[in-house]
Amino acid sequence: MQLAWGLLSMPEIANPVVPNSVVMDKLTKRFGTFVAVDRIDLEVRKGEVFGFLGPNGAGKSTTIRMLCGLLKPTSGHARVAGYDVAQNPEAVRQNIGYMSQKFSLYNDLKVIENLRLFAGLYSVPSSKLQERVEWALSMANLKGQENLITGTLPGGWKQRLALGCAVLHRPPVIFLDEPTSGVDPITRRQFWELIHQMAEQGVTVFVTTHYMEEAEYCNRLALIFRGKIVALGTPSELKRNLMKGQLLLVECEPLGDAVEALQSAPGVMDAAVFSNALHLVVQDAAVAVPQLQSYLAERHIAVSRMEKIRPSLEDVFVSLTTGREAAEERKP
Amino acid sequence: MSLTRLLAIAMKEVVQILRDARSLIIVVIMPAVLVLLFGYGVNLDLKGLPVFVYDRDGSQQSQDLLKHFQSSEYFQIARVVGSYPELTRALDDGSAKMGIVIPWDFSQRLRDGRAVQVQALVDGSDDNTANVLIGYAQAVVQGYSAQIQMDWLRQRGLAMQPASMSVETRTWYNEDLESSAFIIPGVLALVMSVIGAFLTSLTIAREWERGTMEQLISTPVTAMEIMLGKLAPYFVLGMFDTVMSALIAIYWFHVPFRGSWATLMAASAMFMVVVLSLGFFISVLAKSQFAASQIALLITFLPAFLLSGFLFSIEQMPIVLQWITRILPARYYVSVLKKIFLKGTPAHLLYADLVPLAVFTFVLALLATRSFHKRLE
Repeated sequence: MQLAWGLLSMPEIANPVVPNSVVMDKLTKRFGTFVAVDRIDLEVRKGEVFGFLGPNGAGKSTTIRMLCGLLKPTSGHARVAGYDVAQNPEAVRQNIGYMSQKFSLYNDLKVIENLRLFAGLYSVPSSKLQERVEWALSMANLKGQENLITGTLPGGWKQRLALGCAVLHRPPVIFLDEPTSGVDPITRRQFWELIHQMAEQGVTVFVTTHYMEEAEYCNRLALIFRGKIVALGTPSELKRNLMKGQLLLVECEPLGDAVEALQSAPGVMDAAVFSNALHLVVQDAAVAVPQLQSYLAERHIAVSRMEKIRPSLEDVFVSLTTGREAAEERKP
Repeated sequence: MSLTRLLAIAMKEVVQILRDARSLIIVVIMPAVLVLLFGYGVNLDLKGLPVFVYDRDGSQQSQDLLKHFQSSEYFQIARVVGSYPELTRALDDGSAKMGIVIPWDFSQRLRDGRAVQVQALVDGSDDNTANVLIGYAQAVVQGYSAQIQMDWLRQRGLAMQPASMSVETRTWYNEDLESSAFIIPGVLALVMSVIGAFLTSLTIAREWERGTMEQLISTPVTAMEIMLGKLAPYFVLGMFDTVMSALIAIYWFHVPFRGSWATLMAASAMFMVVVLSLGFFISVLAKSQFAASQIALLITFLPAFLLSGFLFSIEQMPIVLQWITRILPARYYVSVLKKIFLKGTPAHLLYADLVPLAVFTFVLALLATRSFHKRLE
């Protein structure tokens, strides 16, 4: 897998030089009265690994489908690789690779047959067909597996094959919609290495995920919530700037009672369960720790650990979205 | 339109058909099964119907009458019983379609020159069979009766040739009046409906159902290329099956083939486009394989079966149904098939069928190309 993209020369990008690979301008999609994507403005630079992060139903897939010309925007505009997605969807499609959320290659075809099919659909010239297919096979680490029926491959292999099929024509922009959902952590890691190899060669990668830890692999991130971008920046910028207050990790017993008690405790802005511990957002950790120790002791909650930690993206996301939810509920 | 992309789709479709045992069975075996089924199974001729006899007279004359029944190809005297209840039981359990009761004084009355009645008990649960049986039985008895009268006259020296009238019939086109010759050509329309509409109705719906359509339409392939690429293999298969069915009809069932192959293939190609377009159109609308296959059967196979004139002649349908048949492409195709096979009607006399068929071909193909869009909504 490592040798793949680096060894072979990278594509002559078909399109005039564009400063940004993906540009969205008040992009909006409504389904009836439901606003799935709400006036999104966003620019993705060439060669960037851009993460689109948000919970299920936030509008990630809808946005990506509009960018691929699969859905017509209700209003607003988007340009991909220099082409308007609504005006010129066919030109967009020739310049992108797309991997949909659900695995959508043909399970009843062999690996090689899927590759040949997509080579044909992208009009890869027959003189280059062999070379491109070989390249995709080595990139996807599927050499020697050409004649396996796709449906029999393990999940991670399928994902790599899907990526191989999507980039056979060496598109300047690729869209990956939750490419690693349902894949084991090691395979997921390998997949991200692959994504970065492509980006190093100047390919713009637009990837959605709801795995917070994956978002750390992206150059830049947009957090999307209920159809709106709620934060934008590099992972470290987001963690540094967007966290209001400081974060405490609390391990205690019983957890359920503790959450309830802490949500109304003085000085606590937010309390949420993260696996087997609690994350608290407080104004100043130095002040809050002794206060909370005694507060919990009064309520017979045994605290085994309480310390200030660096926020993860998940904390940032939770803090941003809970703030918004509360604000929306206050509205009349 | 890019030939590369069209071929890529067509190749994929061929591989999928070859790899899917179900569709392969439908393509290869179903046409033969349908032709054989209708060739052997559906027989509208009534021959060798089982008849039970209760001969209470047991004389030379009664045996003569029964010989007349036996020599008719329509009756098969299955058994001679010795009591009335045996006869009714045979009718009850269906082992006899008709029971003949000859009265005890049958020969006595004949000798005395008195009128004689022979009783025929007919199973009327199938009215069509019953009517035919009654007709045949009357004909047999009348024939025997006329013979007796002639004998009687001759014995008294009164024999003369009375003036008589008869119809000299010659049947054209289906000389032996074999119902298989009437039915089998129409089976081609059924075969094509199954291949064309039923199988293709699954192909687009399957792509939606499995999610592969989303990947497909994210590529530069056009809606037209998807449609033509998907339908081309089925067109070839459908035409292959048409020829295969026709060959079975001609060489196995000896259905006369008097027309031209060129006309047959041209009409079949048009009808193939009709059913393919319908199948594609249904598939685009239904988006689920189950719904698509049900609708396809409902709007192509059933009309082809019931209203096309394939089994039931259109002239005998109620007037409203006759009008409905006019909007069924299968009607025109079945009509062409029967004329080509049995009559050898040349193409220029088939306009009344070929022109409507061509119009349907054009309209439905247009409808199919307009129905499919590369959008997810």
